[in-house]
Amino acid sequence: MRQMKTKALSKQTRNNLVTYGIVIAAYIAVEILMRAGMVSSLLKGLLVPLCIYVILAVSLNLTVGILGELSLGHAGFMCVGAFAGAIFSKCTMNAIPVAGLRFFLALLIGAAFAALAGILVGIPVLRLKGDYLAIVTLAFGEIIKNVINIIFLGRDSRGFHISLKDAFDLGLEPEGEVIIKGPQGITGTPNDSTFLIGILLILVTLFIVLNLIHSRTGRAIMSIRDNRIAAESVGINVTKYKLLAFTVSASLAGVAGVLYAHNLSTLAAQPKNFGYNMSIMILVFVVLGGIGNIRGSIIAAVVLTLLPEMLRSLNDYRMLIYAVVLIAVMIFSWSPKCREFRERYGLKRLLGSKKGAKEEV
Amino acid sequence: MALLEVESLGISFGGLRAVDNFNISVEKEQLYGLIGPNGAGKTTIFNLLTGVYKPDKGTIRLDGENMVGKNTIDINKAGIARTFQNIRLFKDMSVIDNVKVGLHNHHSYSTLSAIFRFPSYYKVEKEIRERAMELLKVFGLEEECDYLASNLPYGKQRKLEIARALATGPKLLLLDEPAAGMNPNETGELMDTIRFVRDNFHMTILLIEHDMKLVSGICEGLTVLNFGQVLAEGTTGEVLNNPEVIKAYLGE
Repeated sequence: MRQMKTKALSKQTRNNLVTYGIVIAAYIAVEILMRAGMVSSLLKGLLVPLCIYVILAVSLNLTVGILGELSLGHAGFMCVGAFAGAIFSKCTMNAIPVAGLRFFLALLIGAAFAALAGILVGIPVLRLKGDYLAIVTLAFGEIIKNVINIIFLGRDSRGFHISLKDAFDLGLEPEGEVIIKGPQGITGTPNDSTFLIGILLILVTLFIVLNLIHSRTGRAIMSIRDNRIAAESVGINVTKYKLLAFTVSASLAGVAGVLYAHNLSTLAAQPKNFGYNMSIMILVFVVLGGIGNIRGSIIAAVVLTLLPEMLRSLNDYRMLIYAVVLIAVMIFSWSPKCREFRERYGLKRLLGSKKGAKEEV
Repeated sequence: MALLEVESLGISFGGLRAVDNFNISVEKEQLYGLIGPNGAGKTTIFNLLTGVYKPDKGTIRLDGENMVGKNTIDINKAGIARTFQNIRLFKDMSVIDNVKVGLHNHHSYSTLSAIFRFPSYYKVEKEIRERAMELLKVFGLEEECDYLASNLPYGKQRKLEIARALATGPKLLLLDEPAAGMNPNETGELMDTIRFVRDNFHMTILLIEHDMKLVSGICEGLTVLNFGQVLAEGTTGEVLNNPEVIKAYLGE
């Protein structure tokens, strides 16, 4: 019995370590390739976005895979985090000259504001189920984006000024500075995001999500997903744990947002970056990687971001191939015959591990 | 004083009086049965007892404590645990995790110590695991502890549901048709398990059942329900020989 206990514990730990290991190995590989000058500038530009997508996919998996609720507003939380972090960085650019410290604080602020948005949206929304929840979160994402587009925020010696009309309406003193210029967004955010920071944030995200899942709290969250009525009958506070999972997921999206904001010098809320297309794309990463499978989310986010770029030389055909790959992956992971094939010839079998009966998270 | 005392309990759904003037009194460590034809309101009574429905009339007292108006979660914390007619396991979780969820409120640590793996996490997780294994052993499920719950055979799923309910440390255990869908062998085994739970956990058990072999075999007291009202109550022998019960439920 004792043997079984340690074995089960180490299996879970081993699984987590493999996940961390994959991320670290990917980082080392990219660094080596960069030193060797084998990474194109196009790919270099993709490294930070890759980290952002991985964080988004992993955090959304907490809502979709672990909590079992369909959220289509993940880009909205990212947007909240991005703007909160960018405003903070812009305001403290002179006050906190150390870039690392400023960025760290910006991350915390972005995460906190996204979490707050998560709570505010979550309280009414988590009473809804299934499609309704998806619709409301979708609307939330669009609302956030549009609200930010009409906000003008400025600062001078008298403090902050806000307006919904235009920059002149702020009535700033001559030396005052406009921080958010409505649809033009925020310009001049310090470019603090680096690939290394991105990787570290992925590891932090994984640390939080994996530790949360493999705990009393995680079990409570999954029990709600599997059977809400039974969860209540054994004394699980359904509202509390739903809100907790949703909020953690939102705040991690906020972290990704801060990373995004500090990767570009201009931050504007456009359909392209914070629209529902983005939310759907993150959801595609989660679904393709396997709902509830954290490691799968990472791999899917990386592959599906790189794929269209790699196929750029094929011009018009690239989205076609992208679609074919999506379909092929779905068939490969779900058709019974393919699953049988995988079990027989899969990596697990080849590596000599005895039972591949349960591959969770 | 009886452990569970229910007086003049009633609920209506629209124009239908699903349960009316229902009384029951279950003594500590008693094995009590609730029987009746389909649609008599048996499961509705379980739902009233566990706070899923709010009664529009009557009182429910557990160990003298009022249960009416409390929600399902607080009622579970106060000491009523149940199983379901159609099994409701956490099917994508492992067998042992199902029981661990049941232990949720008894062995706790904060979410923060879960994320940062403070020493309390390891200490309490160890307690939880040991306690869960103990419970699984009682039900002969320790071999299957790492299986997914949905991969268990039917009879074992029923047992796991009872184990999960017991994990919440209840004073009163409600079993909703525990033998439904079981063959005579499995039913026999289940009867032993229920008796074992009563004797070893000093548990008070109220069960709904259609299988007369199980009812007459283990229940000490019975209440018969028909059209939401009590038709007869008393010791099992008395009730099963009551001509009205035979007419309404058992058939002549």
